[in-house]
Amino acid sequence: MSQVKDRFLGSGASRPILLRVGARKLLTRGVLHLVLIGILVVMVFPFYWLLATSLKASGQLFLYPPRIIPNPLDFRNYSDLFSLVPMGTFLFNSFKIASFLVIGVCLSSSLAAFAFARMRFRGSKALFALLLATLMIPGQVTIIPTFLIMHVLGLIDNDAALIVPGWFGTPFAVFLLRQYYRTIPSDLMDSAKIDGSGFLRIYWSIFLPLGMPALATVAVFTFLWSWNGLFGPLIFLNSVRNMTVTLGLTFLFGRNGSMGVGWGIIMAGALLGVVPMVVLFLFAQKYFVQGLAKTGLKG
Amino acid sequence: MRPRHGATLRGLRRQEELTAWLFVAPVALGILIWQVYPVLYSLYVSFTAWNFVSAPRWTGLQNYTQLFASDQFFSAALRNSAVYAVGTVVPTVVLGVLFAVILNSRIRGRAIYRTLYFLPNVTPIVSIAIVWAWMYDSNFGILNFLLKLIGIAGPRWLGSSDWAMTSLIIMDVWHGLGFSIILLLAGLQSIGAEYYEAATIDGADAFEQFWHVTLPLLSPMTFLVLILALINAFQVFDSPYVLTQGGPANATLTLVLYLYNQGFADLHMGLASAVAYCLFVIILVLTGLSFYLQKLWVFYEEGQ
Repeated sequence: MSQVKDRFLGSGASRPILLRVGARKLLTRGVLHLVLIGILVVMVFPFYWLLATSLKASGQLFLYPPRIIPNPLDFRNYSDLFSLVPMGTFLFNSFKIASFLVIGVCLSSSLAAFAFARMRFRGSKALFALLLATLMIPGQVTIIPTFLIMHVLGLIDNDAALIVPGWFGTPFAVFLLRQYYRTIPSDLMDSAKIDGSGFLRIYWSIFLPLGMPALATVAVFTFLWSWNGLFGPLIFLNSVRNMTVTLGLTFLFGRNGSMGVGWGIIMAGALLGVVPMVVLFLFAQKYFVQGLAKTGLKG
Repeated sequence: MRPRHGATLRGLRRQEELTAWLFVAPVALGILIWQVYPVLYSLYVSFTAWNFVSAPRWTGLQNYTQLFASDQFFSAALRNSAVYAVGTVVPTVVLGVLFAVILNSRIRGRAIYRTLYFLPNVTPIVSIAIVWAWMYDSNFGILNFLLKLIGIAGPRWLGSSDWAMTSLIIMDVWHGLGFSIILLLAGLQSIGAEYYEAATIDGADAFEQFWHVTLPLLSPMTFLVLILALINAFQVFDSPYVLTQGGPANATLTLVLYLYNQGFADLHMGLASAVAYCLFVIILVLTGLSFYLQKLWVFYEEGQ
């Protein structure tokens, strides 16, 4: 505090030096902000361009120089998009798959994570080690046999093919939740035991609610990966009415994108694919940062 | 804790054990069904010829010899994936450290910068690829317009076999950078202030502090970012699939794209499985190598 005071009031002798230091600090600050804003423009501009292009009439797309701000705003791309492809169905499918996946992953993973964190059973260490080892397996290595399993189960072109595996939990979720459950004090569990609560009850009424931050992280990431994924939908889904947003857009882009006629329409679709994730991210930001910082894991 | 009447301690243990296995049963079954079985089965398939319709036919090492001896697409895919990996990992790590350090200074609006830098990472590559394809358009794209303003005739980006891979790399670095920044920021914030105080007392200037304090103490997190970026790079699929379909002239044909084409477009499941196993081995070897080499440059504080 006194330093701050000195800087502004300063005794006569030291004032010039302090002023110089202050000016230098201000300059570095300014340069820093300039750099940060420069990076910011690069990071955000493509999103702006996505939005702007989706609001341009087709005649405005090929102007030179490019029109940075669409004028007039034209929403026809959006109505054209919905009449060209069942965009509403795509959005619904993506929501449905991601939601059912989240429920399954959260339930199975948290139950197992609780057992790994707080229960004693033979084989627990070996099983957990196996689980960690599977984190090393790239999804591409398992995809062909998984396709075979789904084929045998009759789940090709059925969104269940993307949901069912999640109901067995995911290694990432089990790991993250187990780490969190181990930080919950064990005397809570001991006193519940003395009160005669069974393990299921302890899980349901202590660990599940107290572990909500970690569970939210798992839910948010599961939803995001499901929504953004292309490889799974591309392999398991065929018919247009079953497509997710990413698959539908790929399909639409392959048909129209390069011919130049569909840029505005395809941008409208791409924007609708982005908006839900941006909203999710802005609302659930702390769970993203928490989850990343704590585990450093990505699917 | 004393056992209740009628229940011995051993009985309770047994009950706990049974309950626990019930709780982990879905996950344990899941590991067997979705990981262990597929990993083994695809290893078997990689030694067969299999079109998915009739039964797999054992062909021994034929898929592998074909890949390494005569398959020009596979060697292109290997080369492209290696170029892509170097091209994305180096900027992701270097720019990640640089931006994280800048962002870690006490500056107004830090949270906003951090949020917006991370934004690309949460959005689907498919959408991102679509807008970048438009920006890369050689005639009407904004990139070549900006280049022209400063007197450079822009390349044909995705349409040119010389530039297509670079275009993918630029876009994917842009998409993934926020992820590294968040991790590295967490790493920076865990460095104790006492190190900087000691360095200041020793008369170290800002650059010396960065070089002798920040970089070594951040190195474990830098290492993690490097490993994750490396693993992700070899698994890239979405961006080449959407943007270029591997073209032009196979310039962006990556390993996973080749795997997909062989397995799911041409139904060469055996060859595709062999590609998958090559990918698996490459990732394992590179990860192992990185762990082995880390002692050269990764610095762990005592007690860590």
